[in-house]
Amino acid sequence: MAEATLPQAAGAETSQKKKGAGSLAKLARYTVTKLLTLFIAVVIGIYLTILIANMGGYVDEILRGQIRESISISVSMDPSLKYLTLEERNTLINERVATEERRLGLDQPFMLRSLRFLTHAITLDLGRAQHLASDSGSKMVKNIILERLPPTLLLMGFSNLFLFFISLYFALYLSRNYGTFLDKAVIAMSPFSSAPAWFYGIFLLLIFSSVLGWFPFGGMVSAPPPETFGALLLSYAHHLVLPVIAWLVSGIFAGVYSWRTFFLIFSMEDYVELARAKGLSARDIERRYVLRPTLPNIITSFALMLISLWQGATILETVFNWPGLGRTLYRAIGLYDSPVIIGSAIIYAYLLAGTVFLLDFIYALVDPRVRVGSGGPKA
Amino acid sequence: MNAFKRTFKDIAQYPSAIGGVIIILALVALAVYTVVAVPYDEAIRLWRGGEEVWGDYPRLAPPAWFNFFSRTKQPTTIVRNSTDGAPFVTKEVKPIDETMTDVIFTYTFDYEADAFPSELIVFMTATFKEKGPFVSLFWITPDGREIRLGEVTAKHSETYRFNQDERLLRRLKGVAPEVALFSDPNQETPTVLKGTYQLRIDAITFENDSDLEAKFVSYGTVHGLAGTDHRRRDLTIALLWGTPVALSFGLVAALVTTVTTMFIAAVGTWFGGIVDDIIQRLTEINMLLPFLPILIMVGTFQSRSIWVLLLWVILLSIFGSSIKGYRATFLQIKEAPYIEAARSYGASNWRIIVSYLIPRIIPVLIPGLVSGIPAYVFLEASLALLGLGDPVLPTWGKLINDAYANGALYNGQYYWILEPALLLMLAGLAFAMVGFALDRIFNPRLREV
Repeated sequence: MAEATLPQAAGAETSQKKKGAGSLAKLARYTVTKLLTLFIAVVIGIYLTILIANMGGYVDEILRGQIRESISISVSMDPSLKYLTLEERNTLINERVATEERRLGLDQPFMLRSLRFLTHAITLDLGRAQHLASDSGSKMVKNIILERLPPTLLLMGFSNLFLFFISLYFALYLSRNYGTFLDKAVIAMSPFSSAPAWFYGIFLLLIFSSVLGWFPFGGMVSAPPPETFGALLLSYAHHLVLPVIAWLVSGIFAGVYSWRTFFLIFSMEDYVELARAKGLSARDIERRYVLRPTLPNIITSFALMLISLWQGATILETVFNWPGLGRTLYRAIGLYDSPVIIGSAIIYAYLLAGTVFLLDFIYALVDPRVRVGSGGPKA
Repeated sequence: MNAFKRTFKDIAQYPSAIGGVIIILALVALAVYTVVAVPYDEAIRLWRGGEEVWGDYPRLAPPAWFNFFSRTKQPTTIVRNSTDGAPFVTKEVKPIDETMTDVIFTYTFDYEADAFPSELIVFMTATFKEKGPFVSLFWITPDGREIRLGEVTAKHSETYRFNQDERLLRRLKGVAPEVALFSDPNQETPTVLKGTYQLRIDAITFENDSDLEAKFVSYGTVHGLAGTDHRRRDLTIALLWGTPVALSFGLVAALVTTVTTMFIAAVGTWFGGIVDDIIQRLTEINMLLPFLPILIMVGTFQSRSIWVLLLWVILLSIFGSSIKGYRATFLQIKEAPYIEAARSYGASNWRIIVSYLIPRIIPVLIPGLVSGIPAYVFLEASLALLGLGDPVLPTWGKLINDAYANGALYNGQYYWILEPALLLMLAGLAFAMVGFALDRIFNPRLREV
């Protein structure tokens, strides 16, 4: 890694310019390949999700039950059919049920149907919710979920940006002050990262909301929302504090510990010694010779952490009553709203893919091997 | 054996790891004790039980040891059953005529707490053919006042709740009976009058074989080691049973996934080519599978049993991202000369994988396994918090979920959340600390920095 980085970092400006167009094309090619492979992975992932959701034909049973119920009601309510005998009425119901099932394709073999589900799922045609409705009154699962996406992205975006930069600077600081009390304390604290964010959330709520009353118990904005824009922003910030801290507490120790170790290992390399001997400032050494070659590793470990943290987000939102995707999923579980549950699973698959892609892209930006050599990243 | 001893010696150098080992051993001992003392079926019966099991327990009472830390002593529950006999309960039978009898129970108890009880109830069971006994209740305070409580004609099973007797409430001028009956009449603000109280139950039976049994319960405001929940259930049961469930869930999930993952990585690296490719691609796809939403789907559509969910957790974790780490290590080992030697003397693929590749990776495997346990312990709690807890078994996560759903945080019933949370934390931290120390012991490179 060091050898690959050195010429790039110390490279003359002219060679950089000449390489400009070529490396851009390489970056584009890398991005497109990544996007394609990710898309294929997402399709397979969604297909597996559908197979699992349909375990034992459960979803079909729900659909069949709904069809039969609605047709039975419409037949019994129809005044023109009032004089039919019970038997005639039953045959009529059965006929209509069969027609409806044929229309929805329920008579086809499962493999065929699952492929149709797949195309629907990929295009986010997720059907209608059974109980939940979006704030705008729509029953479409797609609308319900898309409406809930921004709060989730807001919370996750804020939390992860904070987590990344605070961990990075803290880890750098510790690698500089290696062996101090603070350093040892952080190492000793790293097992605390084994608990998920929601767990710390409960403690934070207990201390800061229930006992001290400094922060709200949950939600995204106070009710009724403040009129002025500034007050509105402040209200959002006020509600964001506790969930973001919970996220930080659960992520920061393990992150700082592993990154600090990366930094320490890399700062023992010969070229760092050389830079030190040349009398470069500590800041320059850190930026050019330590941070630069470790960034790909750091981003990979951050990506893995993010992926494992995504599942914690669902529960964090539930605990903090954050009106995002996770809480919608939680409500859907309570109401047995299967279309929403399946739809959320699919959206989460997309979100995960999005995260992986974004991090891969950043990886490509910071890892010179992608632009210079042909070798792809080895995560 | 020697290596084992050496490892143990190494662990002893990490105080946190020793602490972790001690906590783990204590939890294991607790789990074994629980399974022996409260068998599985018994735990389920108790936890799903209603009034018939938990009738004598107070509602939402914090643990009794709260009293050690507070100046005002909270009352515990006092139960007096007519079968207890003297000196707690005396029974007097006075025949009135051929068929009618006067049965008088006197319940005596000392009340020394500084706070009022939460509820007062008398449970009566009467035996009769046609006409139930007529029961009058009287309250005698330590300073000798006698207060008439109420009258009921007992059915076969009769419950007299003091605070639901409208006439008594009127007689006490609207003050709740559990306060008024225990108050010192000479004080402005309600203060407990300490001393020996008596409850007299005067029953007139109208048939020859007719009889009455009565149980008086003064519900306390604190209870037992762990307190009680909104359904009067003693939290001790759930806290105890949470231990074996959490430990077995964490251990089984971590053990099975780590071993299978390692085995898959070994097979992939050894055979290489298309096998390796397929495994790599599967890992990448697995990374995109939304883990929790899939578990939620299984929980809602298929089964909420903790063991079914465990199976799915294992299935979804087999192709986890740790395959990449194992693969990297295996790739190095694969090039080692002794593997070459094994190949040249004609060892089978199977033999090389099982006897030569896998043993070399154990040092990487064990710390990973131990540090993996907390994640699964917390996963069980996470699922329970989402309302997907096992429907019958009491677990730590289910306690947190119950507490959370019933507003324990808002109502200040912190013990309800803190007890399971602290146990979870203890279990999680113990394994994490041991795993962390093992990691540093088995990977000397980490020890240097």
